[in-house]
Order: sequence, then structure tokens, then C-alpha cells
Amino acid sequence: MTIARRSLLAAPLLLHAAGLRAEGRRIVAIGSAVTEITFALGAGPGVVAVDTTSGFPAAAAVLPRIGYLRALPPEGLIALSPNLLLVSDEAGPPGVIQVLREAGLPLAMIPDGAGGAALSRKIHAVAAGLGVNGTPLAEAVAADWAALDGMAEVPPVAALFVLSVARGAPLVAGRATHADAMLMAAGARNIAAGFSGYRPLSAEAAIAAAPEVIVMMAHVVEEAGGVAEVLRAPALAVTPAGMAGRLVVVDGSYALGFGPRAAHARRDLAAMLHPGLALPTLPERPWLRA
Amino acid sequence: MASRLKRWLPVLALLVLAWVMLMALLLGPARVSPAGFWAVLADALGLAPLPAEFRRDAVVLGVIRGPRVVLGALVGAGLAAAGTAMQGLFRNPLADPGLIGVSAGAALAAVGAIVLAGPLVGAAAGMMGLWLLPVAAFIGGLGATLAIARLARRGGATAVGTLLLAGVAVNALCAALTGLLIFMADDRQVRDITFWTFGSLAGARWAQVPVALVLVGLPVLGLLALARPLNALVLGEAEAFHLGIRVERVKRVAVALAAIAVSAGVAFTGLIGFIGLVVPHLVRLAVGGSDHRLVLPVAASLGGALLVAADLAARSLAAPAEVPIGIVTALLGAPFFLWMLRRHIA
Repeated sequence: MTIARRSLLAAPLLLHAAGLRAEGRRIVAIGSAVTEITFALGAGPGVVAVDTTSGFPAAAAVLPRIGYLRALPPEGLIALSPNLLLVSDEAGPPGVIQVLREAGLPLAMIPDGAGGAALSRKIHAVAAGLGVNGTPLAEAVAADWAALDGMAEVPPVAALFVLSVARGAPLVAGRATHADAMLMAAGARNIAAGFSGYRPLSAEAAIAAAPEVIVMMAHVVEEAGGVAEVLRAPALAVTPAGMAGRLVVVDGSYALGFGPRAAHARRDLAAMLHPGLALPTLPERPWLRA
Repeated sequence: MASRLKRWLPVLALLVLAWVMLMALLLGPARVSPAGFWAVLADALGLAPLPAEFRRDAVVLGVIRGPRVVLGALVGAGLAAAGTAMQGLFRNPLADPGLIGVSAGAALAAVGAIVLAGPLVGAAAGMMGLWLLPVAAFIGGLGATLAIARLARRGGATAVGTLLLAGVAVNALCAALTGLLIFMADDRQVRDITFWTFGSLAGARWAQVPVALVLVGLPVLGLLALARPLNALVLGEAEAFHLGIRVERVKRVAVALAAIAVSAGVAFTGLIGFIGLVVPHLVRLAVGGSDHRLVLPVAASLGGALLVAADLAARSLAAPAEVPIGIVTALLGAPFFLWMLRRHIA
């Protein structure tokens, strides 16, 4: 045990070469997509901790949590004796990332991003960090993603992604958000693309923008008191979507995580946005299973 | 307490600080064995090369905990010394450096750095990197204090009452502008702002320590040197003047030193509440009086000790996650302060 431990501390590079020996691995995965990709690449048994945004698969959800990914704890991380930190570049604060570098922890920064190309980059970056071949997973996900590229030809439906409806003005997704990318990929036009990031939209602006469909995350709808309650909100009630009762409810990490399940999430969202449209069926993939 | 004994209180407080710093260095979620500690110490002193099995201990002690403990002690001492000086200067037990705009000004500038760094000063932000936010917060804290001091001065004299009122108004203005920036911020920036206002020593690095020694350590020493004039001021401004104290100069220097120390501390750690307010009260209770020659040095040491201890709690309580330190100090400080308030009323 002491010898194994010593060599593990002295030569992290050797461990890389040894590949996926779960018993020697101590991986911390930070970022929901990073965690999903790590598990999809078969490295799940070596993961010892995740951040609070990592809720899928079920095996990841029961692991120790190191906190929110924008408030990483340097000592908590080193206490886990990790030999690989897979860190979404969304993580922070920058000062702590710098401390982790100075501490010499084996950091692999994974570029975040939405869309097919970004997805492929993420998978290859995680695979490179793990020292495994990421091409089969990347190609399978890319093929599933590309199968829906015909959505670009479908006349888009005017949609609004609502992050929360608390306190009157709904908090909606503008440009440069994962929600915006997923809406466009699934054949929708984001009516809030006039600004970037998540911003509160005034009731009047929401009515003027006239969304045909509202998209929301399941837990938010539940907290707000259900579909009927959400559609009664003054900002949404008199929009075409509100009057037609068209509220599409999605699972947050599935629909917006841009992990390996993103292609299937795109198909499911497209089916809900365009009921009756014939969509290609995607193969059942092992990484969809919780 | 016998006055002979009292003279040793500053030394005692310094020993408490040293002991807490040592404990904070030794304890925490990443276990370091005593053997590891001695090996790292021997290596640091150049006595013996570090055996390979203690490399992790060297990283935990040298890279992670070392700068946190030193920076925490400096910032805590700065907050407590500045709080003591402000309470003496304003002759008000509720005074703290927040009154002269430091916190609100630093928060405004820090939030500005978080929200506007990308679009407004892209090139400069890239160049300054990790220093952009601390530099902005430091300048913001000092700037707000300077504005308040200017507004309160009339014909070379500063009326303490006007200083307080100007402080309230400038604080309100800073808070409003901060609110405007938060309104402009996106969801992620709002989360970053929230965590900044809770404070944290998690990003402490040795590169920050020399800066903190100059911008926090020196002002603390300067405040200690003001103990005698502050004692005279407690009697009243006219009385202090008749005792030969250059009242205006003392006021100006005390406000400036407090603003520099607290702005620099806040710049590195974010907002940390209640140390500056609670520690001076604790110390006055302990030494039985408000002789600044005793209260200032004891408060500085205990402020450092309290922040270092709070940081130990912050990284241990929810391990492997970390509780923001401002939450820990306020959780300890607020109930204590309420108890003080009740006692004061009774």
C-alpha cells in the first residue's frame, strides 16, 4: 500500500500511461458535461468527487460534492488526493484555478461551449485528460447530432426560454447561452436574442415579442406551482404561447448541459417544438442510461 | 486587572495569534502528519531535503495553507485595527470602516470589474489578469473614502458629524450604482458577485503577501502609533487640542490609514463582515477600558487570529466544499453583536 501510494504521488505521468485502471484512478470531475463525458468514456469508477452541477448519471449524483463550480475549494480538492482534475473552463474563481496550478495538481481544462463542434471538442479534451481514445464517443455523438441538421430547413417557431418566473419579470435566455444554442438547433427562433446572457424581460417586452412557445426547466415549473400557474403569470398569459397553453417542459441538465446526451435532447426538444413533424430516430446509446 | 499584568496583554494576544496561525497551518481537510510538518519545515529552512513521501504535505502547507494563513492574519489585523480607530475617532461604538465608504466603494469597483471587464477593457483585463479585481476594489475603497473626507471638510476642519452623514450618502450612491451594474450583469456574473460579497481566502497566493504586507501591515503599524492621540480624542476634540494634539491631522491620518488597510484587505478577500465591528468591543471588555495603547495592538492580533480561525472553519466545516468566510464571521459576529447591543441598552 505504501509503495503504491508513493509511486502514485511521485509519478502521475506513469499513471496516465497505465490507462483506465479504476483502482488507481482518483478523478474529480467539475462541470455537468465533463462528468457525463467522463462516465460515458467508461472512467466513472475512478471518479471520487464532482461539483454541485453534476447530477447525471445516478452514479455521479451520489459522490461527494466539492461545491459550486464557480467557488472551488483548493484544500478540499487536494484533500481528495486526486491524480486527475477534469475542470470545465466555466469553473472559478480564477485565483483558485491559479492556486491549483501552483500546487501542481494534474489539471485538465475542458473548453465549455454549446453546439455540435463544441461538443466534439469537449469529448476529445476529456478523453485526452483521461488518456483514452475519445474518437468513438465523439463520432457517435456527432453522427446523432448531425442526423437532426435538417431542422435548419424547418420554418422556425418563435420561442422564449424562461429560466425563472419569480417576482414578475421572467428571467429569460438571450444570445450566447446554452439555451439559445439548443433552441436554434431544435428549429426555434429565440425571440430574446436581442441581448446576451440571462436577463429579466419586462412583461411588456415579453408580450411584444409574441413567443409561440415557452420553454422551461421541469424543476422550475414545479417550484412555480405547475404549468397552469406559470402560464397565468402576467408576462406570459397574453402571449400567443400563453393563450394556446404551449409550455414545453425540459430536464435542465439533459436539454442544456451539452454533454453526450445533447443530440437526443435536440431531437426531443425538436419533437416538442414541432409536433407532427417526422424526425429521424436516433440509436439508443449507453450514455443515456442513468 | 493589575496594570503590570495589563502591559503584557499585547504580547499575550500576539502569542494567541501565533498559536492560531500554527493550528490553522496544521489542521484542515487535507491531513498533514507531524512528521510531514517537520520534514517540510526542515526543507524550508534548508536543513534537510524533502523526502518524496512528503511532497503532498509540502504543497498543502506551502502553497495552499501558508499564504491563506498569512494573508488572513494581515487582513484580520487590518480590519480590527481600522475598526478600533474608527470607533475611537467617531466616539461611537457602532462605527466601523464601512462608515467611511470603504466597503461600498470597494464593492462598487469590484462588481464593475466583474461585469464590465469583458466588454469595456478587454485588452487591459487580459493584461492585468488576476490583479484586475483586487486593484479595482482597492481604488474603489480609497476613492469612496477620499470623496467622503473631501465632502466633510470645510475651511481645513473636518466635522465628524458631517463625515458620518457624507458617508451615509456616498454609501447609498455606491449601493445604487452597484445595483445598476448587477442589473446589467448576466446570471453567471451575478453568482460571481454573490460569492465575492461573502468573502474568501481560497484564492490566497504568496504573490499577494508582499503587497498585503505593505498596504495592510504598514497602515496597521501606523494606526498603533496613533494610540496616544486617539486616547486624547476620546475626551473630546477641544480637550485633545488643549492637550497639544494636532486634531485635524490625527483625524485625517487615521481615516487614511484605516481606508488603505481595509481597502487592500477587501481587495484580496472580498467583503468580510463583523471583524472590524466586533473585535474592538471584545477587546475593550477583556482589557476593561478603552486605552488605545492596549486596545489597538490587542485588537489587531485578535482580529488576525479570529479571521484565521474563521478560515480554518470555512475550509473544514463542509469539506470537501468550502463555506464562504464572510458567512462564518457574520454567523459568529451577528449574534455576539446583538448580545452586546442588548447589554448596552440594559
